[in-house]
Order: sequence, then structure tokens, then C-alpha cells
Amino acid sequence: MTVQELPGAGADYRPTPPPAWRPRIDAAPLLPDTEPHRVLGTPAADRLDPALMRRLYAELVRGRRYNAQATALTRQGRLAVYPSTVGQEACEIAAALVLEEQDWLFPSYRDTLAAVARGLDPMQALTLLRGDWHTGYDPRECRIAPLSTPLATQLPHAVGLAHAARLKGDDVVALAMVGDGGTSEGDFHEALNFAAVWQAPVVFLVQNNGFAISVPLAKQTAAPSLAHKAVGYGIPGRLVDGNDVAAMHEVLSEAVRKARAGGGPTLIEAVTYRMEAHTNADDATRYRTDAEVEAWRAHDPIMLLERELTERGFLDDEGIQAAKDAAESMASDLRDAMNADPVLDPMDLFTHVYAEQTGQLREQAALLRAELEAEEQ
Amino acid sequence: MATATAAKPATMAQALNRALRDAMADDPSVHLMGEDVGALGGVFRITDGLTKEFGEDRCTDTPLAEAGILGTAVGMAMYGLRPVVEMQFDAFAYPAFEQLFSHVAKMRNRTRGAMPLPITIRVPYGGGIGGVEHHSDSSEAYYMATPGLHVVTPATVEDAYGLLRASIASDDPVIFLEPKRLYWSKADWNPAAPAPVAPIGRAAVRRTGASATLITYGPSLPVCLEAAEAAREEGWDLEVVDLRSLVPFDDDTVAASVRRTGRAVVVHESTGFGGPGGEIAARITERCFHHLEAPVLRVAGFDIPYPPPMLEKHHLPGVDRILDAVARLQWEN
Repeated sequence: MTVQELPGAGADYRPTPPPAWRPRIDAAPLLPDTEPHRVLGTPAADRLDPALMRRLYAELVRGRRYNAQATALTRQGRLAVYPSTVGQEACEIAAALVLEEQDWLFPSYRDTLAAVARGLDPMQALTLLRGDWHTGYDPRECRIAPLSTPLATQLPHAVGLAHAARLKGDDVVALAMVGDGGTSEGDFHEALNFAAVWQAPVVFLVQNNGFAISVPLAKQTAAPSLAHKAVGYGIPGRLVDGNDVAAMHEVLSEAVRKARAGGGPTLIEAVTYRMEAHTNADDATRYRTDAEVEAWRAHDPIMLLERELTERGFLDDEGIQAAKDAAESMASDLRDAMNADPVLDPMDLFTHVYAEQTGQLREQAALLRAELEAEEQ
Repeated sequence: MATATAAKPATMAQALNRALRDAMADDPSVHLMGEDVGALGGVFRITDGLTKEFGEDRCTDTPLAEAGILGTAVGMAMYGLRPVVEMQFDAFAYPAFEQLFSHVAKMRNRTRGAMPLPITIRVPYGGGIGGVEHHSDSSEAYYMATPGLHVVTPATVEDAYGLLRASIASDDPVIFLEPKRLYWSKADWNPAAPAPVAPIGRAAVRRTGASATLITYGPSLPVCLEAAEAAREEGWDLEVVDLRSLVPFDDDTVAASVRRTGRAVVVHESTGFGGPGGEIAARITERCFHHLEAPVLRVAGFDIPYPPPMLEKHHLPGVDRILDAVARLQWEN
């Protein structure tokens, strides 16, 4: 049968596309702004809440000190590795502070600082990087998922958890963090798609710090911005200055509020910069220039906030000193905790593989126990 | 006695469906999810009627994305649910392997027991149904090689029910391999009084014998039982052990059988090289060396990508190939 022979087909036969062929929603409201959202140094700063800003300032200073201390501990061999967030503290702090107690944070391996800012003991947050135990805390107790080393794989977890909480009728929002490189992973795509279809209360925060180890964003994606990726899933994308903690707090709070109210997920791209190398094993001079790094130094998140707050009379030398003192005290406590050698029980190797040890593991545990006893003699 | 409780012929598919339904009725935290599990009831109809009975929130058609299906199930389990995930076909599960290996298998361990993941992953596996490529893989060696996972596979209608209930009740992640060519195998089974939940990790002696032991599981069990019947004509009295659980492995039942018979053949569809049979043969040798009258032999699928359906009969271990192996055991004597 040819087209001409089809019932109803004539010379003027034109197939009419069924409704499913047309876009289901108007994409325009989902598109991010062309310029990152900024508050500091703009008229929008008039609406700043001084108390909140002072708190953010203190947390930023503490976060910077935490980064410095952790990096120093790496040099001393106390940490196997530390992926620094110097320059990205505004993203880390804002992400932690917009969440309510019942909410969940899903950090990537770089987001130790967000976990600490959420209230996790700095020492417990570092067990993975120290090589002690993979996760030094009870995720259910702190509502912080284990730091995820495989890229973007924690994002579908955030979606599933938020979905489960909503099924149970609980008021819980999940905030999932990922880097610019992670947006190329399949799990990023699948997580956003599931979240959108299920309208799960999730906020995705992409910290675009310029590089996935050494690969610059231009070689990572051809999208106009990473926030644009949201549109294809039918959720809003927001572009924000990741070094502007007030803007970060504003955009993240709004997304969390929307998710909590049943408005579904949001994808936020924070444009920021990693001031230090990927980790201590990385040589950043191979892929970027000092001039580029220096240019970002002039856009430092702590400096931007400090300038705004001192100009407005919200912060004085005393306040600055108090923030520094609190940060020093945290660093000193962390050093003390890290200088004590961890006491590990080798028999723990077999304890948490299964709820009940298999016969195979019981045999292997017996072997190790015998080896340990022989060593003692 | 009421006739309603009498055993009637039932298929493995019906027993699996009943197990899911009973688990959902008993425990509101059990959630089913996967591609086509809703209105369609799964391409094999294992989830038939469950969305209708329990609602879309309990039996959910997901987007078509295996990593997403398993990844979101991880999050749901983190929040206290018991997700039962369907991977539509064996080879379709591969996109989910990173979630499986990096998170599902390790979450309990990396959180020092604080966060177990009670997820059951149902995988229809194996060949013999004339499926085109990517629809007939036997992937059990990948799962077995990953600590933190239980790997079970029923071969009978009763076990399909009992092992699935046990898997869903387990606080650990379970890879539940469903031998798809046995979905329509029948047995007298009473759905109103199903068999007690079988414990995970126990093998079953399906046929006692004295000459040699055939060690098998899943789709190869009926083939081995047929081979054992045929072997009687040769004067061989074969014992058949159905492993039911590959992880944990029931060393005791296997070793006890091989010590009785002194000879063993491992039979499975999966490839021989790097396949489950190598591990099983090694375990038998370690435990039973002085009882063995002959080397432990393997009758496995060839070491080839799964063949096109018109050739699969040459690849799958059949009765003749098993009997040939048994003959080699006798020859060694």
C-alpha cells in the first residue's frame, strides 16, 4: 500500500503531527540568566541581612582556615590527599547553611568543607582522605551522605532519598553537589531526568571551578552554560556567581524553598575558580597561567564579602579578628586530633561486609587472626 | 480440608509474582521499580497486577535508565525503604554496574555498618529462549567477584518464591538471578500456603547418587537432572546439587556430596574461563582433594560472546556434553 492508497490520502494529504510531537512546556522560563546572579557590590546588596552576613563571613574565614590546615596536613603526610576548595568557600558554606536539620547533603569528594560547615566534626569528615575509614560518621545521624569519589554517582542517590522522603510524607530536601566535570557523566543526566519526572525535592549544585583536574570547561561541554542543561529536563537552571556568598545563599535558599513547597528540582551552576591544584598530586602550572589565577584572586569570596560588610558598617576590625580567632581555634583542634595516630582493628576488615559474615569471610578472618597472634609472639 | 489449599500446577513466573505481592503486603517499605513494571507487568509479567493493587508509588514505572533506576534505589534504601529493582534483561543491567560496584556493594562497609542497603536486584538471565544478542547473558561471575553482594538463583518454583522472599527480607543487597527459560516451568505448588522462606546460602541435594556429583544452579538444574536419569542406563548413579546461592557459597553441602561420590562435574551456562566453575572446582579441590578419584571437571558455555539464537543449542551445556564429562570421570578411574 502506498501513501496515495491510504484512507483519506489525496493530493493535498498532509499528515498532522499528533500532540505528542509538540513541546509540552514553554522552555523560556527555565532558561538561566545570561550573566551570573550577583548581590555583593550591586544595588541588590541593600537587602542584606547583617546577622546572616556576619555568620556567613565567619564561616568563610573558618572555611579558608580549614582548607589551609588540611593542605598542611597533607604535606605532613597526615592526610593521603586533600582536594582543596580555596576560592570555592562561598559555594561550600552556602550549600551547608541553606539546609534545615532534617535535610540531606550529598557531597562529592571535594566537598569536605560543606560537610564541616553543616556541623560535622572536622576530624570525622577527613577519615576518607586520611585513609582511616571510608566514612567516619553515621550518614543517617548527620544527614550527610558519604563523600562520593566516583563522579556524579551520588546525584541519583539524592533523588531517590528525596523521593522516598516525600513518599513517606516527610519534609526533606536533598542538596547534591557535583563539579563541572561531573556534568559530563551519565549519572548526572539520569539523576536530573529522574528528579524532573518525579518532581523530587532536590537541588543540584554544580560548582564550575574551571577545570576537571586539567581539562578546561571548553573541552568538557559545548553548552552555553552548565545551567542550560536543566532546560532539556524541564527544570529551571540558575547561573550564579559562586564567589558571591550572598548571591549563593539567595539562589540556593530559593531553590530549597521551591523544592520544599513541592515545586520540584532546580539545577544551579555556580561560576567559581579552584585557586589551588586539583590535589597535592597535581601540577596546575601545566594547564593554566599565573595571570589567570591572579585575576581570580581579585574576585576572592572572602574579600568580596568583607568589603561589602565593612563599607556598610556591618563588620569592624573586632568582628574580623573574632572570625580569625574562631578559625584558629578550629585549626588548632584539628591539628591535635590529626596528630594522634588512629587506632585501627584489622579484624574490622571483615565486620561490615555483610550483616552476617559468610563462611568464606569467617575462614579469612580466622586466617588474619592467626597471623596477628603470630606477630604478637 | 478445603480444596482451595490444594497444590496446583504453577509456573515460576507465578511464584515470583506471588512472592513480590506477599512481600509488599507484609512490609509497606517494599517498593518495586523498573522499566515496564507497571501497566505492562514487566516484559515477563513478573510484576503483573502489582501497580493496580499497590499503586504507582509502590510499583513504579521509571525512566529507561538502569544506572538511574539502581542509583535512585540506593537513595530510597538510604531513607529506609526496601527497593526491589527489575533489570529487564541480563545485559541491560550493565549501565548500572558502577552504581552496583561502587555504591550498592560497598555502602554497608564504607559506613562501618551504619548504612546497610537492603536492595533486591532482579535480573532475568541466561539463554535458551531464542533471544537476540544482549538478551541471554549469564553475568553471575561479575556479581560473584564483587564483595558485599549476595548472589542467588532459584531453579524450582518453590525456591523462586522462598528465595525471593528471603532476598527482599535480607538487610544486604541481593542479586536475584531469574533463569528466564524456567519462567514457564511448572510444579505443583500451593500459593495459599507457600513454602517457608528458604535461607540464603544453603544448597539443596536434588537427587542423591553414589557415582559422581553434578554441581549446578538455575537454568542448568533441569538439564542435570535429565542427564542423571539418562546416566542410569550407563550404570552411573549421579547426585545433583543445586547451589541456589553462589554468594554465600555452601561449601559444606558441596564438600559433603563430593566426599561421598569422589567425583564432581560443575555445570553452568556461563563461560568456563573465569567463570563460576573455576571457583567452585578450586573450592572442591581444596576441601576434598584426598577424596577425589578424578579431577573436577567443568561443563560450561563456550568462551565466546553469547551466540545468535540459531546457534545457541551448540553453546549451552546439554545432556550429552554432561554425560561425556561424566564418562571422562569414569575413564580417569
